[in-house]
Amino acid sequence: MTTIDALPTTQTLLRIQDLKVHFPVMAGLIWQRQMGSVQAVDGLNFEIRQGETLGLVGESGCGKSTTGKAILQLERPTAGQIYFAGTELTQLRGEDLRRQRREMQMIFQDPYASLNPRMTVGSIVGEPLEVHGLATGKAKRDRVAELLHIVGLNPKFITRYPHEFSGGQRQRIVIARALAVNPKFIVADEPIAALDVSIQAQVVNLMQTLQDELGLTYLFIAHDLSVVRHISDRVAVMYLGKIVELADRVALYENALHPYTQALLSAVPIPDPAIEAQRERIILEGDVPSPTNPPQGCRFHTRCPYVMDECRQEPEPEFKDAGNGHHVACHLVH
Amino acid sequence: MPLLDVKNLQTRFYTSEGVVQAVNDVSFQVNDQETVGIVGESGSGKSMTMLSVMRLIPQPPGKITHGEVVFEGQDLLQLSLRDIRKLRGNRISMIFQDPMTSLNPVLTVEKQLTEAIRVHLNLDKAAARDRAIELLEHVGIPAARDRLRNYPHQFSGGMRQRVMIAMGLACNPKLLIADEPTTALDVTIQAQIVELVKRLKAELNMAVIWITHDLSLLASLADRILVMYAGQIVESASLDQLYANPRHPYTLGLLQSIPRLDEAQKAALKPVDGMPPDLTDYPPGCPFAARCPYVIDRCHTEDPTLEAVGDNHAVACWVKPNGAEVLEKARAIAY
Repeated sequence: MTTIDALPTTQTLLRIQDLKVHFPVMAGLIWQRQMGSVQAVDGLNFEIRQGETLGLVGESGCGKSTTGKAILQLERPTAGQIYFAGTELTQLRGEDLRRQRREMQMIFQDPYASLNPRMTVGSIVGEPLEVHGLATGKAKRDRVAELLHIVGLNPKFITRYPHEFSGGQRQRIVIARALAVNPKFIVADEPIAALDVSIQAQVVNLMQTLQDELGLTYLFIAHDLSVVRHISDRVAVMYLGKIVELADRVALYENALHPYTQALLSAVPIPDPAIEAQRERIILEGDVPSPTNPPQGCRFHTRCPYVMDECRQEPEPEFKDAGNGHHVACHLVH
Repeated sequence: MPLLDVKNLQTRFYTSEGVVQAVNDVSFQVNDQETVGIVGESGSGKSMTMLSVMRLIPQPPGKITHGEVVFEGQDLLQLSLRDIRKLRGNRISMIFQDPMTSLNPVLTVEKQLTEAIRVHLNLDKAAARDRAIELLEHVGIPAARDRLRNYPHQFSGGMRQRVMIAMGLACNPKLLIADEPTTALDVTIQAQIVELVKRLKAELNMAVIWITHDLSLLASLADRILVMYAGQIVESASLDQLYANPRHPYTLGLLQSIPRLDEAQKAALKPVDGMPPDLTDYPPGCPFAARCPYVIDRCHTEDPTLEAVGDNHAVACWVKPNGAEVLEKARAIAY
């Protein structure tokens, strides 16, 4: 186990350094050769502070889910370090890692796929307690009832099966299971994307209440920028495996510096025809390039409305502080 | 005369778990060149209504049990299967949410595009091919001539949706029904598709019905909006009225429960409590009564029908709260 002596700031819970996750692309039926790699996450540096919600946004395929999984060691990083409360996670194996997982839990997008249909709610929520040897028998049943109560479900539901619940209720069960081991940190990967609009707010409010009451730290991964704005303290924007901008919530939404963030924000509809009539949309041309062969230089240059010669060449723009902790990777800014 | 006049449409599904009351006495009109948005949650009947209009309900278990669908003067529900086929993809087209499942993966784009053109427009192979190229160029697909030979998997999600739209437009329809065409796409691609449909609508003088669960999306798109809940239209209003002065508690609830990109500060969202009713066990009275903060006794026994509350604005509610006032008050607290 590797530990570092001093954390950079007292309240930093998680520090990610040069994190890379590459997936090999193989060819050949019997004698497999590696043809290249999908550079899903390619060099991330950021911190998550104790008690905050860091929003992680980007389009599909930008590597945001892989980042979340890599932090929890569900996907082994190709390179880089992850320090969680001083412990370096990428070096942990076996029992050490299992014990560490009590501190960090995950909520997935699809509550229809992430609950075992053959298990009762009681055994689903109680399983982490048993796995980590925290409670058995009556103590376990009491704790499960308490957890169900915390997430706003009737403790009587303990003997029911997942199919008896709606999407919003299932996501509450998923949250109860994540909370069972008293984690400090939760990665929520698109936790409301599969829910109906009128139900989404229920789950968002629940997550906020739980954060206040239990002092949780969230990494909130989503593609919906309105929801991320609502729930996050700081927001990171990813494009093709890189963070292109990271700033305080207000700074990012009111003064986006990276052209990609600006385009992304301008594409989000606002439920008010008067405002919509006056907005100017930045419509990006084309699609996101393939992460197996990302563009040279700045990865966004193929779609950027402000592209300059410099952007098409190496080195790519550095991810630097533009003032007040507002980090951005763009030649136009620096 | 409206282009499409739907009167008292009712669709049922007869399943082993009971009769699903999917579409309940739905009436609305769509005028020439108008864009009508239909908004609702999953199971609210918005897709089922439009599938009923197109006579695409799987039968059995589904059945259109009542109503009229008058399009250009003829009742589609009375047409023979042969005649309705002549209309689909020709005068009325429909595009769907997931272009990967609505395109055939083992046929080239050329094959799929020219099929409708040859059937409806009676063109020979070469002429159909030219029309297909023209269509792909029209929807913004670069190198259209070469792309014709490609299979659907060789296109990205946004490009596939463009191919779907090209297929929908093949015969210059008078009405395009778009069923959540951008739900599976990223926001930047969604913005591209929305701009595309707006441009095409203006160029081709067609009417558009845009089905979505996203009230925000319609704000820059629709002329008029229908809000559906539990298989009923609960509110129908012009674009401005719907957002500024919603009169149905459900519409109001939806508007207050979605976080806005331009919201002032971090205040708790106001969720709509509870969940939609089971459509096999339809409640007596108003279907929203169990979740409604304005509920009165009458709501539990009598189902309100759409009632005009202003120009081009109708609502199915016994209470009809003053939405403008409620939103104003909420805004005053937030700032």
